[in-house]
Amino acid sequence: MGIFESFKNGLLKTRGFVAEGFTKISAGLGRYDEDMLDELEALLVQADVGVGASLQIMDSVRHHIRQTGDDSVDSVLFAMNNQMLKILGEKTELHIEENTLNIILLVGVNGTGKTTTAGKLCLRYKGEGKKVMLAAADTFRAAAIEQLQVWGERTNTPVIAQTIGSDPAAVCYDAVHAAISRRVDVLIIDTAGRLHNKQNLMDELSKISKVVYREAPSSSIKALLVIDATTGQNAVIQAEVFSNAIDIHGMVITKLDGSAKGGVAIAVAHKAKSPILLAGLGESAEDLVNFDPEIFVRSLLPNS
Amino acid sequence: MLEGLSSKLQGIVSKMRGKARVTEQDIKDMMKEIRMALLEADVNYAVVKEFIAAMTDKCKGQEIFQSLTPGQQIVKIVHDSLVELLGSEQNKIHVSPSGFTVIILYGLQGAGKTTTAAKLARLLKSDGKKPMVTSVDVHRPAAALQLEVLARKVDVPSFILPEEKSAVKIAKKAVERAKYLLCDTLIVDTAGRTTMDEEMMNELKDIEKAINPTEKLLIVDAMIGQEAVSVALAFEKAIGLDGFIMTKLDGDARGGAALSIRKITGKPIKLICVGEKIEDIEDYYPDRMAGRILGMGDVLSLIEKAQSQFDEDQARNTMERLLRNTFNLEDMLSQFEQIQKMGSVKDMIGMIPGASGKVKEEDLDERIIDLNMAIIRSMTIKERRFPNILNATRRRRIAAGSGTTVQQVNQLIRQYEQSSQLMKRFSKMNKGKRRGGFPMSGFPF
Ligand SMILES: Nc1nc2c(ncn2[C@@H]2O[C@H](COP(=O)(O)OP(=O)(O)OP(=O)(O)O)[C@@H](O)[C@H]2O)c(=O)[nH]1
Ligand SMILES: Nc1nc2c(ncn2[C@@H]2O[C@H](COP(=O)(O)OP(=O)(O)O)[C@@H](O)[C@H]2O)c(=O)[nH]1
Ligand SMILES: [Mg+2]
Ligand SMILES: [Mg+2]
Repeated sequence: MGIFESFKNGLLKTRGFVAEGFTKISAGLGRYDEDMLDELEALLVQADVGVGASLQIMDSVRHHIRQTGDDSVDSVLFAMNNQMLKILGEKTELHIEENTLNIILLVGVNGTGKTTTAGKLCLRYKGEGKKVMLAAADTFRAAAIEQLQVWGERTNTPVIAQTIGSDPAAVCYDAVHAAISRRVDVLIIDTAGRLHNKQNLMDELSKISKVVYREAPSSSIKALLVIDATTGQNAVIQAEVFSNAIDIHGMVITKLDGSAKGGVAIAVAHKAKSPILLAGLGESAEDLVNFDPEIFVRSLLPNS
Repeated sequence: MLEGLSSKLQGIVSKMRGKARVTEQDIKDMMKEIRMALLEADVNYAVVKEFIAAMTDKCKGQEIFQSLTPGQQIVKIVHDSLVELLGSEQNKIHVSPSGFTVIILYGLQGAGKTTTAAKLARLLKSDGKKPMVTSVDVHRPAAALQLEVLARKVDVPSFILPEEKSAVKIAKKAVERAKYLLCDTLIVDTAGRTTMDEEMMNELKDIEKAINPTEKLLIVDAMIGQEAVSVALAFEKAIGLDGFIMTKLDGDARGGAALSIRKITGKPIKLICVGEKIEDIEDYYPDRMAGRILGMGDVLSLIEKAQSQFDEDQARNTMERLLRNTFNLEDMLSQFEQIQKMGSVKDMIGMIPGASGKVKEEDLDERIIDLNMAIIRSMTIKERRFPNILNATRRRRIAAGSGTTVQQVNQLIRQYEQSSQLMKRFSKMNKGKRRGGFPMSGFPF
């Protein structure tokens, strides 16, 4: 399956929802009046795009109609497509640098898919022939270390771990030094889920980040915020608060294989400064693809 | 965001002040803001639409209560309807008449099922039950171990078969084991699944047939978006649903899914989870949830609180003096005392729409009321009754006597003067109209 196909298949349900709604609203008429535009806006809100981003998208559609005098389905689709792409920004890939240690730090609220993404990334870089290492910096949740160790076994990757309750920053310290001395290409650090409104946990995260930067000054360090596609508007706040606590390089949207419409990707991109890099499409190690705004938008809207 | 609705409503309300009747436009304006707030809280779009339509009808043609401003009244109507939708009945976990209760937890990946299983076990145990937990999650790595670790923490037996690949087999064996151990409750933790995964939904049906659970509870993450309704309906259709538990309410998500799911399925919220620790499980209160979803303090509970806890006689005295324009520092002291009875200042501010937007958390020094009370208590009766005799010498003495500074004394007196100005205006406006009650605009802060 090509990258387009797998991404599109993962988004099948989403496609059904928005695309069908879109077609239904314009059924028969072939053009859009003001009421129908309002309905379109409602459709976006129902896809978790959020009130703010939906308004912005529809404003640009209305503007386009005023400017061109064309209120046909194709014209509306064109304007919507453009504005969504504008919000999502250019396609950005997670880049791994050669001949240096790359450190990927996975962060996010509870249960979003950090550990699974760590396992998936492991498989990806192993497949590229890189030397990979995992670090179990979730020392809080029951069996979190063992969960990561299973991923280590599955992908035949060493896991640096201490015991439950130990200092996560200390685990990172160990892991960074182990990675440097073993000449690892990619070190993937799994952290505990933390709600962004808990100051002590956010402070802990800053400390983890500081230790990593301090101990590996010449390496390429990238923190990825993992966001669950079934999340509603809270995702926007997550992106904002995590970015204030540490330097977020990019975002991962997981569980896009679920029934959620994934519109939250647009809601988040609308406010966040960092791009969406990866998409999770299932629970297996292979279910990770590069996030492609064009494919995402194309799979959201009907074909014109 | 949270202050957004409060201050917007406050803006509309302030334009309404003095009007005896709310116009259709006022209602429309307020409904627009409330609609927005509900959508931002992730309440399902269709649910919001229906709710707003019903509220608009309800608000039209309402007579204004003497005791509430028109704005407060609309908030009251909306709030009461929300509470009603969110459920009034207290909902306990059902117990099987057979004496052996099976509780099964299901939901999306990462919703909090495993953690909740352990929390429930602890809760039931402290209620004198003998629970056992089992994990039929054969998919997520180390899922069974996670549950076992948590069960050990609360000292409840657990049954796991990490090598077994059939969830149904584990479930059946767990029932046998629980009965053998003379446990009266079995809590079954299932694997997270998307409702679109047919195979996984069938697995759930098979488990249900095999062990016939008493309580089927859907675990819902408070952060979930618009999808909540179709998720709940899909689980309901596949195996049925007796109620749900909302998790991660310790976060700042507004939890609009609670309203959507209640409205669409009619099933109760049984408990809420407010943290990662095993003790973090609580009873559910519809009125608190309503306030949370609206993202605004609940004016009504403030007004009710004020009405029930404000000493009637005192209030009447103050009120009479108010009306005669003789509000003095003794009255202010008794107001402070009343406020203290009502709870913390932060709680109070949170309950006043509009105030939460204007008052910064760091400005809210709970001690300020204590301080002010100490200052007034250091005054002579004459000073309290005739505050204009408070010259510099007296102020210095009072500061020393109350352990404060002259600036703080001055501050209080300024505050008194402002309050008494407000009260004068208030008494002119309301002369003869009110029978009593709490002068809302007279809060001395
Ligand atoms: N359907 C689907 N499930 C996923 C995806 N990514 C992760 N999951 C599942 O989501 C659940 C939580 O994933 P974890 O990787 O444990 O999440 P986490 O962020 O590490 O969770 P905590 O450490 O507990 O905060 C597991 O059941 C995963 O199998 C995805 O892309 N699609
Ligand atoms: N903050 C917070 N975290 C929770 C709560 N309930 C569960 N969690 C966390 O959410 C994550 C997923 O929980 P888990 O029980 O493994 O979910 P499951 O996949 O549905 O079994 C874990 O990190 C838990 O510690 C809660 O009420 N509040
Ligand atoms: Mg994890
Ligand atoms: Mg689990």
